[in-house]
Amino acid sequence: MWRSPTLAAGGTILVVVIAMGLAAPWIAPYPATEQHMLDRLKPPGGRFVLGTDQYGRDLLSRTLAGARPALALGLGAVALGLTLGVPIGLAAGYVGGRFDDLVMRVVDAMLAFPALLLALLIITALGASTVHALLAIGIANAPGIARIVRSASLALREAEFVLAARVRGERHFYVMFGEIFPNVLGPVIVEATLRVGFAIMAGASLSFLGLGVQPPTADWGLMIREARQYVFLSPWPLLVPGTALAVTIVAFNLFGDGLRDRVGAA
Amino acid sequence: MPSPVLDVRALSVQFQTSEGPLRVLRDVTFDVAPGETFGLAGESGSGKTTLGYTIVGALAPAARITGGEIRFDGRDLLTETEDQLRRIRGRRIAMVYQDPRSALNPTMRIGAQIAEVLEIHERPPAGAAMRRAHELLELVNIADPVAVARRYSHQLSGGMQQRAVIAMALAAGPSLLILDEPTTGLDVTTQARILELVADLKRRVGAAILYISHDLAVIAQVADRVGVLYAGELVEVASTPDLFREPVHPYTRGLLDALPQLDGVHGLTPIDGRIPKLTALPPGCVFAPRCRFVEPACTAATPPLARVASGRQVRCVRWQTVIATPRRPMAEAIAPPAAGRDAPLLAFEHVSKHFGGAGVVGQWCGMGAPPVRAVDDVSLDVRADEIVALVGESGCGKSTLGRLAVRLLRPTAGRVRFAAQKPTDAQIVFQHPDSSLNPMKRVGASLVRPLVLRGVSRPERGRRVRELLQAVRLDPDDAARRPAALSGGEKQRVAIARALAMAPTFVVLDEPVSALDVSTQASIIRLLAELRRTLGASYLMISHDLSLVRHVATRIGVMYLGRLVEIGAAAEVFRAPSHPYTRALLSAVPRPDPAAPGRPIRLEGTVPSAQHPPAGCRFHTRCLQKIGRVCEEVEPPWERASATHWIACHIPIVELSKNREGNAS
Repeated sequence: MWRSPTLAAGGTILVVVIAMGLAAPWIAPYPATEQHMLDRLKPPGGRFVLGTDQYGRDLLSRTLAGARPALALGLGAVALGLTLGVPIGLAAGYVGGRFDDLVMRVVDAMLAFPALLLALLIITALGASTVHALLAIGIANAPGIARIVRSASLALREAEFVLAARVRGERHFYVMFGEIFPNVLGPVIVEATLRVGFAIMAGASLSFLGLGVQPPTADWGLMIREARQYVFLSPWPLLVPGTALAVTIVAFNLFGDGLRDRVGAA
Repeated sequence: MPSPVLDVRALSVQFQTSEGPLRVLRDVTFDVAPGETFGLAGESGSGKTTLGYTIVGALAPAARITGGEIRFDGRDLLTETEDQLRRIRGRRIAMVYQDPRSALNPTMRIGAQIAEVLEIHERPPAGAAMRRAHELLELVNIADPVAVARRYSHQLSGGMQQRAVIAMALAAGPSLLILDEPTTGLDVTTQARILELVADLKRRVGAAILYISHDLAVIAQVADRVGVLYAGELVEVASTPDLFREPVHPYTRGLLDALPQLDGVHGLTPIDGRIPKLTALPPGCVFAPRCRFVEPACTAATPPLARVASGRQVRCVRWQTVIATPRRPMAEAIAPPAAGRDAPLLAFEHVSKHFGGAGVVGQWCGMGAPPVRAVDDVSLDVRADEIVALVGESGCGKSTLGRLAVRLLRPTAGRVRFAAQKPTDAQIVFQHPDSSLNPMKRVGASLVRPLVLRGVSRPERGRRVRELLQAVRLDPDDAARRPAALSGGEKQRVAIARALAMAPTFVVLDEPVSALDVSTQASIIRLLAELRRTLGASYLMISHDLSLVRHVATRIGVMYLGRLVEIGAAAEVFRAPSHPYTRALLSAVPRPDPAAPGRPIRLEGTVPSAQHPPAGCRFHTRCLQKIGRVCEEVEPPWERASATHWIACHIPIVELSKNREGNAS
């Protein structure tokens, strides 16, 4: 890992972000929702290391706490995307022929549809909540993952070890998951890592639009949304969560790019 | 003797790797005279390709020349400046690589590519370059150079592509032509014509040729002198007749004894052990660990090149003893099973397999291409206890037939009957060691799976995996290894063990040894023959190698363009009467004997497309014995040559029996 600077940098930042998110309740100086009405919109310094927001809540504490919903949503949505996309891609690649054509045309149609719009539609139908945002982003990620898995398994469909498995009478389910899947794992992990960053971004966007995490929970997208109105009074409530969001996404991308070079995938 | 064009002296090359330096070539010395063809023979890992790259100065950045010199026309290439080298390369030294497809630019017409070489080196007047390109294509025996010059590489067959590459290499009039495995991957009949061309070129252009190949039989056909490379050292240099008549180095002897001979008796004697890893070279002679003449002096120091006679050198301290010892009595011939029992175990009944093509609707609308007729109306029985071999060139449908037998494909017409209890009693072993094992699974895991399917109890499985590994002569501890850590031959053994684990009664062997080195090939073939006896199974062996098949098969079927054209007991197929195609095929097989009689029968043209197979007899477009309209219009009948020997041809059996010359006895 240390031979690749991209991988090392991304990995280090990710470990720090995840550790801070997990330890937030213990290392944060204040509870995330505690209001200090006399210290509203304070700049960094003094009792509040990174300043306060319009309700006098400590920005550092809220940003630390905000790592949890961001990571949970990013990882959860990608996990859901994998759960849906991997079997679809494996089946399309392995079965091939008309089935592959049909599945891939549906996937193409979904890919042609802007992901955020798709997520918006799902949330409009189900109502705004964290779980629905995760569901929406997860579903929006599935077609892209299916496409990657499909092209990787298509190449293995005629591999001799796959043919040998069919000749000895293995079930299709085993051939797909027992023989083909381990060999597409590399590209899938790379793709998933890169997608976590995008999913966090999408989650923050939904929160920003008021369609994801609901107040008063500490969440980066939500914090940015609320801070927008006060940006001319104090930029800190916007800058602090914005920076946290940017650093986390860049870390996932660096890590994913580093992995891609190591795995030698697409 | 004229001064040599190429004079390699004490050349050593190292690769820098994370595991330390790899000494890929050590103290290699040889020369090539003008108008001479020097054959460089070696198995994989011998360093033969690195040697070619070193001479043309195309070494990988990790490689370093640690000693010696390469003199070309008296000048040491290793001390020349980059600028001088560039002028020598391409113009004075040309190289032809194994894969013609990657040597040709797919976006340029053939003529333009050749003309480009001329323009770079000579700047000829307009139009002259293209005329010269046509002449060059004619020089490499292309019958219609003007038409071929206008084509793109993908419009040419493999043999034509390789000729075009050779024409390109000759464009600048090189004085040294390096050919690196130029016929590997080509069919035998195509190979025969390329070899003929190489032999003629020497006369026509007078260039020195360095011919690199793993195939001693090919080298016997083209080379004047031969150098044998083993694990980075040149172990023997001799004139071709001397080397093949009386090999001196124990390794050369081993290689020649491992080659299957067309007589079906000689050859296939494996060399024990395996080529040493370059990271862990044995002390002294590199071949000592595998040599039966080994004595303490061998491992003390690297033996010097000893002079046996004028122009004959050998890197062996015991060469006098070796010469005095008669060639190892060849290993017991592999007795192919006698005629199998009567009941067919597996029967192809008028089986056809067509791929692709427009669907019913498409054809009704008159659109789309016709299907590819990979296999067309083939009937063949494999009886219990016999080995049936299918031979033929690429695209003849032999592999498709193999896949039909194990239900990987369903026939388009006809049926495949398998008289066994379970369909999984038919198993298959494939060609490519690298693709036959799941790279993510340890050997043990690959072998356990079939046992799980057969319901072997959990405690029993470990023991059975060990037994399977022992049955294919691997170490039971290999179960913990990953495929990446195994050699090609070891991987193939695991693939065989995996098929055996299903306790099959019928096994399809699809080119089981064609990706392996000769010495490994021999041991795998012997293993397969022995396992068949213990299993009591039948094999359907698919191969392009006629000499190999001669050793192991009970019966042989010859295929051409989706059809079976001849079937008979192994010995019958190898002698008259034979189908004209079988005759041509047999005559094209290179023999490890420079004195082998007869030129190969030249098949004109290329194999027609399986989408538009010729009417009547499919071979009539290339047949040298075509008797007239009947061949073009009427499907040939099956003629009976003996109770077991059948030929699909219009020519009467009596006439076919007259074709004695050109056939192996």
